[in-house]
Amino acid sequence: MKRSFEIGIKPSEITPESAFVQRRTLLAAAVACGLLPSALTAVAATIPATGEFSDLSKWPQSTTETPNTFRDITTYNNFYEFGTDKGDPAANAHTLKTSPWSVQVTGEAGKTGTFTLEDILKPHSLEERIYRHRCVEAWSMVIPWVGFPLADLLKRFEPTSKAKYVQFFSLADREQMPGIRYPVLDWPYREGLTIEEATHPLTLATVGLYGKVLPNQSGAPLRIVIPWKYGFKGTKSVVRIHFLDRQPQTSWNMAAPSEYGFYSNVNPNRPHPRWSQARERRLGGSLFAAKTIPTQLFNGYAEQVAELYTGLDLIKNY
Amino acid sequence: MTRGLFVIKALVFCACLAPFVLLVIRAFGIGDLSLGADPAAELLKTCGMTGLNLLMLTLCVTPIRRSTGINRLVTLRRMLGVFSFCYLALHFVTYVALYIDFDWNMLLEDIGKRPYITVGFAALVMMTPLAATSTNRFQRRLGRRWVKLHRLVYPIAILAVVHYWWQVKIDVGDPLLYAVLLSVLLGVRVAHWRSVERQRRSVDSKATVAPTYRRVEPP
Repeated sequence: MKRSFEIGIKPSEITPESAFVQRRTLLAAAVACGLLPSALTAVAATIPATGEFSDLSKWPQSTTETPNTFRDITTYNNFYEFGTDKGDPAANAHTLKTSPWSVQVTGEAGKTGTFTLEDILKPHSLEERIYRHRCVEAWSMVIPWVGFPLADLLKRFEPTSKAKYVQFFSLADREQMPGIRYPVLDWPYREGLTIEEATHPLTLATVGLYGKVLPNQSGAPLRIVIPWKYGFKGTKSVVRIHFLDRQPQTSWNMAAPSEYGFYSNVNPNRPHPRWSQARERRLGGSLFAAKTIPTQLFNGYAEQVAELYTGLDLIKNY
Repeated sequence: MTRGLFVIKALVFCACLAPFVLLVIRAFGIGDLSLGADPAAELLKTCGMTGLNLLMLTLCVTPIRRSTGINRLVTLRRMLGVFSFCYLALHFVTYVALYIDFDWNMLLEDIGKRPYITVGFAALVMMTPLAATSTNRFQRRLGRRWVKLHRLVYPIAILAVVHYWWQVKIDVGDPLLYAVLLSVLLGVRVAHWRSVERQRRSVDSKATVAPTYRRVEPP
């Protein structure tokens, strides 16, 4: 009896996708008809104190696949700074302090220094993008992220001609992150992209999901989403962006170089040394709805990103 | 069977069945319980871990029996072992049904190419004859050969822990605990066999002296 109260949200109480989409459409229509002040659609992005973004434009190229529930997305996470079990981040991440937050910009760029999150977000307009999310562990979800193209942000730091790569660092604070005590990975967590990948229009600087501010366990307050790569390439809780002229160190590659390469593009033809990547478990629903689907090259974004890799052997450069 | 033993057996039976009942409750979403966002992975993991835990408990029975002298504990061994096999078989069925969608070519490829699946599958195959010959009748009919056959449990346990170790992504802390526990359980047996061997030898050496003594006895 008490249980449902303690958990707070029953699956039946989660806003269905259709209602969620309908609401956005209604809001857009309301703005269009002049029913809502157009100030609501103003560009300046901030993290709203209410926890909900009051207005978001919708990216027209979003996948039409059904998004996973907010609950699935936020209770099944790999965020080792809060523990290695999938439920650990949801249970432990409340200790993360996301405000105030600042990001250090270093390396081969004209404008380096420390920027507050407010400064980082201010000039950008946020939009909702529904992306497929493929984990290297062979499961996948569909997630309505909220963010803006990372390219627009990186441009502002004026990377020099030497900036061939970008490296991202997560926060590694023992006080706020219980998992840091265990040397599972070499902290801080770091990831990297070529400058072309980082500035590709699909690469998203992400601050929310399902129209809400990013929950801590999902990488608040700022994370990177690269939908054609395995999930671990997307650095969570970013505190530093580093421009450099050579391929940067990346955490999983440092931990197991034969298993995780620098590129880590989703590729059904390149098995992980210990398991196949040909199929994926598309999560959502009960045990009786469990299904696997074929994995697509570049997670189905080949049309947009394949040209980044012309002439590159994707099996050798895994 | 004494009344006390019957009660203990009934309790152990219920304890072994409980994880399965809980899985069923979670699978059907009874009382707001669920298998979470990745029910296939949760089922796979729970069956695997429960099977491994029961296998470890099975291996605990003999050392406890020897050190406490409560020989009737041996009747729990079969129940733990058979339950362990059932959970591990369900673990395998989950993988075949929900991970590879009954794709038999994929199964063969996985067994051939992925070492952790090779050893896990080998362990399950080796366990099958043990479960099949676990009845009283088989035990009587096979006699000493039954004892020999059931020594397979040692390589099975080693393969099971290796299987667990090799599939962990990076954090080998938990598999390490199992490896240590298994080393202790196997070490205790090696120590026991060596002391038995030593006793046998000292009895033998006395026996070789004895005939000389006997020879001087009058016919």
